[in-house]
Amino acid sequence: MPEAQAPEQEFAINEEAAVAPEREIAVSEGEPLVEVTDLTVTFGGLTALDHVSFDIRRGEILGLIGPNGAGKTTCFNAMTGVYRASSGDVRLEGQTLLGKKKHQITRAGLARTFQNIRLFGEMSALENVAVGLDARHRTGMIGAMLRLPRHYREEKQIIERGMELLDFVGIADRALHPARDLPYGYQRRLEIARALATDPKLLCLDEPAAGFNPAEKEELMALIRTVRDEGYTVLLIEHDMKLVMGVTDRIVVLEFGKKIADDVPSAIQQDPAVIAAYLGEEADDVDA
Amino acid sequence: MSNHSPLGSVGATQTAIGEELADVTKKHKRTAALRQWWNDRSRLQQWLMLLVVVALAYLLPVINPPLITTEPANDFAISCFNMALYALVALGLNVVVGQAGLLDLGYIGFFAVGAYVAALWTSSDSTFVHIPYLATLPLAMIVTVVFGIALGLPTLRLRGDYLAIVTLGFGEIIRLLATIIPGLKGNTGFQNLGRPPGTNADGEALFTASNGLPWYWLVVTIIIIVAVLLGNLERSRVGRAWIAIREDEDAAEIMGVPTFNFKLAAFGTGAAIGGLAGALMGGQVGFVNNQKFDVPTSILFLAAVVLGGRGNKVGVILGGAIVAYIPLRFTELAAYKYLIFGIVLVLLMIFRPQGLFPAKAHLLTYGSRIRRWVKKEQAPAQPEGGPPPGSAPPAPGGSTAQSTRRARKET
Repeated sequence: MPEAQAPEQEFAINEEAAVAPEREIAVSEGEPLVEVTDLTVTFGGLTALDHVSFDIRRGEILGLIGPNGAGKTTCFNAMTGVYRASSGDVRLEGQTLLGKKKHQITRAGLARTFQNIRLFGEMSALENVAVGLDARHRTGMIGAMLRLPRHYREEKQIIERGMELLDFVGIADRALHPARDLPYGYQRRLEIARALATDPKLLCLDEPAAGFNPAEKEELMALIRTVRDEGYTVLLIEHDMKLVMGVTDRIVVLEFGKKIADDVPSAIQQDPAVIAAYLGEEADDVDA
Repeated sequence: MSNHSPLGSVGATQTAIGEELADVTKKHKRTAALRQWWNDRSRLQQWLMLLVVVALAYLLPVINPPLITTEPANDFAISCFNMALYALVALGLNVVVGQAGLLDLGYIGFFAVGAYVAALWTSSDSTFVHIPYLATLPLAMIVTVVFGIALGLPTLRLRGDYLAIVTLGFGEIIRLLATIIPGLKGNTGFQNLGRPPGTNADGEALFTASNGLPWYWLVVTIIIIVAVLLGNLERSRVGRAWIAIREDEDAAEIMGVPTFNFKLAAFGTGAAIGGLAGALMGGQVGFVNNQKFDVPTSILFLAAVVLGGRGNKVGVILGGAIVAYIPLRFTELAAYKYLIFGIVLVLLMIFRPQGLFPAKAHLLTYGSRIRRWVKKEQAPAQPEGGPPPGSAPPAPGGSTAQSTRRARKET
């Protein structure tokens, strides 16, 4: 079926447009955007996360690190509503996120990527980003079926901002390729673009460089820094310590579900507890 | 970590990915070429070609082509009506199974509800208030949507096989209710259902059980309207949400898609179309009882969707028509139709799991604009200036691409 007639107009990527967040954020730069207080998650008898508290300040890149099984991803999942917290609280701009549905948390401003890539394989890269952008859209069944003006407005925004985001992460040349046919590095970047599309206040990246070689990791870290410079706040899980040191403003270290350190990277490097828990164990680095 | 050469391993990975890509490309080359050709036509050319196809579809029973015709065993116009009816059913079921990825084995239940709505409000055997037949079509859709939501609300929290089993039960429940509830008259059924108005030159009714032609034209017209509306849904937030749910429900939810609402919407949309088809069937046959709504027919509907290619409107329309056509054309095979479709489906799953007519759905209203833009950008001749975004050769495994914008800023 050909698409219904729409006002014809040439399309072009706006090269200089910023992908900065378009939303009002209640807290100012440097103030706590997200507060995690006494967050505890238990699976049966196992306490995966034990009274963990930390703040994420607006405009920073916070690293969440720890050896395998330390509870990093559990912490992520509890924040984004995938797991139910046993106790404690997660607040975004002072509003609690616990008890909200996953899609409501995303629309409240917390977007994430997945450690094991979970794109919509059959959809093109641009369509994947469109799903993220749709989090801010309100067209429903009737509006879509009858193509009301809002539908056209939103569709237009999708191709403009969608292509901008793809260009921003550096994969605009494959915008129309199905996500599953994209090279691995492109898929990782597409995950970031899709999360950015939801216009998050906090972007949570779960080991975005997993499976990358050192050169690719460097490039990705540069991208993450650019994301921060555009005005986003970033929470980064990564267990390659060297990498985290270079990119983060502050680091929270978890071990066995407990927070053992919370400081700037240079101080973390000197922290004896961290060295004992983490740096001493070469074995944790090999799968990087 | 540093005692192996990263470059060597990258090279190997790239070759592997390259081979994989080449394989995929080969597999989809033919359909891709056709799709490319179609996408390259201008809007006007596309519409004109569609117009020809639609005109041929309308004229099919009039032309009554030899070899293809189902006569003398079955009246060709009525056969065409049945094919169109199955196509409409497949179109509705495709929303649920093909787009939202919800396995619904009880779709026949909605079909039955639609048929009974038409019977109860128009049949001479019914004690209900009688309304004009054409008014039962929207009424059937409304009633089936209510049934769809009533079924969906408690069950759409289930996934995959569990949902399939519950919907299978739903289909059977509807059939058994038709048997048990005295008002629905079980095997006796309802006769003399209403018909659309209209008479021919001789003053005889236009729509009769023995004259399939006007019924066929009515259903084809409805199919066109439904296909256009579903196409609108497909290239919108709704269609994207459905496909996202099919691809990865958890990821969709985390990307801000209210999955439950959209699954319910898919269920309701599918139910409405099923009900519409049921009411049309009741009207044409003029008789509704509890014998036509069994599980095998439900599976046949599903076969039509799978055969045509899940998620592709044109494909499932053809799939529905084929499933209806084969037993009508080869009447000696009709008794074995489940055996034949079973074998065909098994073969299809082995050799062509994407269905006979696979196509990637377009999910963006302005998708063609992007396609044109990408093509322009990737054209080799470029005026002076920095490298355009699309000009990089599509090297396999090229994961080191920089953002072009940043690259330009650096130079």
